[in-house]
Amino acid sequence: MKNIKYERIANNHKSEESRVKNAVIAFLSGGVLGFFAEWLLNFYCNIFDLSRTDASTLMIVTFIFLASLATALGFFDKLVNRFKCGLLIPITGFAHSMTSSAMDYKKEGLIYGIGMNIFKLAGCVILYGVVSAWFFGMIRYFIGGAS
Amino acid sequence: MTFKYDNVYLKDTATIAGPYEKEGPLKKYFDKTYNDLYFGEASFELAEIKLVKDALVMLMKKTSLTKNDIDLVVGGDLLNQITATTYGSCNVGKSFIGIYGACSSSVLGMIVASDFIDSKRVENAVTLVSSHNMSSEKQFRNPTEYGAPKPDSATFTATGATACLLTNKKTDVKIECATLGKIIDYDQNDPNDMGRVMAPAAIDTLKTHFQETGRSPKDYDLILTGDLGRYGKEIVKDYMFTTYKVDLKENYNDCGVMLYDIALQKEVKAGGSGPACSALVSFSYIYSLLKEKKLKKVLLIATGALFSPTLVYQKENIYSIAHAISLEVA
Repeated sequence: MKNIKYERIANNHKSEESRVKNAVIAFLSGGVLGFFAEWLLNFYCNIFDLSRTDASTLMIVTFIFLASLATALGFFDKLVNRFKCGLLIPITGFAHSMTSSAMDYKKEGLIYGIGMNIFKLAGCVILYGVVSAWFFGMIRYFIGGAS
Repeated sequence: MTFKYDNVYLKDTATIAGPYEKEGPLKKYFDKTYNDLYFGEASFELAEIKLVKDALVMLMKKTSLTKNDIDLVVGGDLLNQITATTYGSCNVGKSFIGIYGACSSSVLGMIVASDFIDSKRVENAVTLVSSHNMSSEKQFRNPTEYGAPKPDSATFTATGATACLLTNKKTDVKIECATLGKIIDYDQNDPNDMGRVMAPAAIDTLKTHFQETGRSPKDYDLILTGDLGRYGKEIVKDYMFTTYKVDLKENYNDCGVMLYDIALQKEVKAGGSGPACSALVSFSYIYSLLKEKKLKKVLLIATGALFSPTLVYQKENIYSIAHAISLEVA
């Protein structure tokens, strides 16, 4: 049971953080990242004469590389603290979670360290990504038909 | 439970601090500081072990003691199986006791050592504590480079190690009495708000200490809690006043708030934490004020959160504990 008096006093001395402000920052930083991705996509389309699908793969690879590099150089976490989760939502967050896990367990070796821990955070994204893909696939199958 | 000690003295201390602590206001009081978090070691765990070794070497240098002159080593840290302490203090002293009180280990170790000295079982003892921001992040939270934004109530594990030599021979600073706390469950479960989790333990130990000794805050020049941070500190002040009519406005502070420049060092959020937090402040800055007799009597209450990430994920509460020790000019 909660100690009511303690809860009341503790609630008077709580950190006041604006969730709206964080959401707006994340919205803007995520948007800027998306804008840059779109520009990169068009750039690859034009320069390498690729289809939009192929260029988008290349754009994603670029983002994975940049996020991993920034993680390895040690400033991605500081950027996230400043620009909030807008930087984590695209593929960058996934790359960041894998690189940071791999870096943490580097010293424990290739098997017991990196191998066993690289999906520490990303594992749940993969698992529930596959599960929800199956789930929504089934909905589409029954509602939209097999084609 | 409060115990009085007749012949336990603090002979000297050694404090080693990391880069964030070096940027704080207490820089000049530390014996040695580092500019990065690896200290030339290959991993954060090895870096923390190096901190402990450094603290021991520094203490032996300052007191001109050798490894075999130390009767007892008492220490603890936050790593699993308290390995920073055990690996760091190997081959030092004639006997060893490992303790775990989370962030309250600094005072818990002093109480254990003081008891051994007061009961004349040993002549001197070294107490050790350490914590490392990155090794604790890795163990308790996410990978160290992972940038999950934290709320303002979160605290920042201090990087550092301290070693203190306690002896039965008279020195400038006496360990006068101690109050051992008990485990408190106030139905708290937010690991990002440790001040709120641990404040009830600090309140309980303070209340017990004042009741059992018949003292009031006026009997101390300074009352210090370990690592409640700026929000936890206000909770303690408010609760002690409204519930027990104990006024802490004049002479109370929190080591977590003192270790960093909270206005400038944004990354520390609500303040410092970890066993080294209270120890770095008390055994550098506060100890020097006691030696210069600018403070006569100080009550130090180190607070610790007792939990594991596993039990937090299993939706169990986070418990807390606080131990107090009274230091006075001899």
